[in-house]
Amino acid sequence: MPKTMFEKIWEEHEVRDELIYIDLHLVHEVTSPQAFEGLRMTGRELRRPDKTIATADHNVPTDGTPTAKLIADTLSRKQVETLEQNAADFGVPVYSLGSKTQGIVHVIGPELGLTQPGMTIVCGDSHTSTHGAFGALAFGIGTSEVEHVMATQTLVQRRPRTMRINYSGRLGPGVTSKDLILATIGRLGTGGMAGYVVEYAGEAIRALTMEERLTVCNMTIEGGGRAGMIAPDETTYEYMRGKPGVPEDFEAAIERWRELPTDEGASFDYEVDIDATLISPMVTWGTTPGMVVQVTDQVPDPSQMEDAAKRESAERALQYMGLSAGTPIEEIRPERVFIGSCTNSRISDLREAAAAIKGRRVADSIRAMVVPGSAMVKKQAEEEGLDRIFEDAGFEWRGAGCSMCLGMNPDILIEGERCASTSNRNFEGRQGKGGRTHLVSPTMATAAAIEGHFVDVRNWN
Amino acid sequence: MEAVSIIEGPVSLLDRSDVDTDQIIPKQFLKRVERTGFGEFLFYDWIRDGEIELEPNPILVSGRNFGSGSSREHAVWALQQFGFDAVVAPSFSDIFFSNCTKNGFLPVVLEEAECVALAAAGSGRIDLENQKVSWEGGEASFEIDPEIKRRLFGGLDDIALTLQGEKDIEAFESGPGGSYGPVTTSLS
Repeated sequence: MPKTMFEKIWEEHEVRDELIYIDLHLVHEVTSPQAFEGLRMTGRELRRPDKTIATADHNVPTDGTPTAKLIADTLSRKQVETLEQNAADFGVPVYSLGSKTQGIVHVIGPELGLTQPGMTIVCGDSHTSTHGAFGALAFGIGTSEVEHVMATQTLVQRRPRTMRINYSGRLGPGVTSKDLILATIGRLGTGGMAGYVVEYAGEAIRALTMEERLTVCNMTIEGGGRAGMIAPDETTYEYMRGKPGVPEDFEAAIERWRELPTDEGASFDYEVDIDATLISPMVTWGTTPGMVVQVTDQVPDPSQMEDAAKRESAERALQYMGLSAGTPIEEIRPERVFIGSCTNSRISDLREAAAAIKGRRVADSIRAMVVPGSAMVKKQAEEEGLDRIFEDAGFEWRGAGCSMCLGMNPDILIEGERCASTSNRNFEGRQGKGGRTHLVSPTMATAAAIEGHFVDVRNWN
Repeated sequence: MEAVSIIEGPVSLLDRSDVDTDQIIPKQFLKRVERTGFGEFLFYDWIRDGEIELEPNPILVSGRNFGSGSSREHAVWALQQFGFDAVVAPSFSDIFFSNCTKNGFLPVVLEEAECVALAAAGSGRIDLENQKVSWEGGEASFEIDPEIKRRLFGGLDDIALTLQGEKDIEAFESGPGGSYGPVTTSLS
């Protein structure tokens, strides 16, 4: 019987009914301390340190603070030091602040070659869906489940339903994978993928680079999806080749991975078709990622919305965002620009942003910052001279971490500040209390930084 | 985990959809390394700004897609420690729903109209065993996965249950599946 990629991976990992084995557990400082404490209190061991890795990302300052013990904020310092101590106590490799391989957990997994096709990967972080871009089954879990994985290397899971989104045609010039996923969430809604593992397929997906695919799978959770997946192919294997964690006999591994893609004729619980050629650069206007329109559109009018709950949410969102219905998106003027996060902080994102600058400068009205996703991305960017391009243009060049995506460290918006952000969530207060977030692609963020307002990058040079 | 069977009493209403975990417990309170001390920071910005008022009643009713966003289990701890025992909504995010069930905090899915009626009644009774919610003038039944129900009803510890079948895990690990994926401890 033909099987989906998800079914193949799921069935290979079933220890018994509804108990699946976990090949890789990624750990960070915010959602792990209570789990480690749980192990101590029950006298349990961490079963497989060799399938576990830890890094500090959510909390770390990006101002060049070299080690955990020099973090100025007392609580953040304690949390990162607790991670280091827990990792040492339980034998888990840890890449903490100052390590040459420290970084956002969803950036370092792929760059170290730890993320591989066919694996099951979990982390106490909802954006774990990112890793599915390699043809892995990867999803976020809560702290109780983190403890469960630590103690048993397994997870109790109901088998989720499956969805496939087929993208016909290719994205146009200036349109990125960030726009593709924002447009998809705009169409399906923030709960549209709830309960599903989503496979992204079709010509537009096959044409994406590996890092562009990571952006797509990353935001699956913003559509409510459990996990996002893309079948591995030559693009995947070429990206992985030579990375430290990949199998020694890489060619043999590729042969196994070629068996993974969904079989012809396999059935999904739900299928959606989207014409990729119709997707434009997107900008969110509200307080969920589903509140999104094309850059050429206007801020929508809630009074035109039929669904009462949607109308009320939209009215509240406009009030929070300080926007009026009918305002052209291109007239919205951010004061801050943030290029970073597990969605868009990889080397190709930074190259894309740097290439758009072309000798121009950040508008006087704007404070803009670039936060590489990992210490390795930062190093690579500096070797390529991207840091100079950004700094010459007036961008701040920072250290690696989650930074202003969630504002757990000193990088935050102040009340009422408006930000063009390459991150993944525009929730109220996400980037700082009262902060107003517009989600966009790296090129769109760069253009907004230079022009002082959103512009359609397709007509901008 | 404490066993769940009957939850009854006054209802608090949070009449919004897409209530995300960033609102339930804002990030500045995620720096604790303990499981306690989150209740006083529940909906910190909304309550502090006077946008909402919430009584710590046994039952919270809210709108669709409750608990969306971040996987932070701190959101469930905060709701529980504030005083809620159950949350009723037309739909939940997957991770939040799962986190609830790991803490003996009961998430109940009812139709939108049923949520409205329960909130209007001002108090209600949730009976997990019979999968029923009742209030003055009405009642509704709800679906819940039988295994999740069994664990909630019995107050069972997931890890202990899994480890009862540790032989299965050992058998899996000694097969080909046990060596799939990278060895993190051999990177340097």
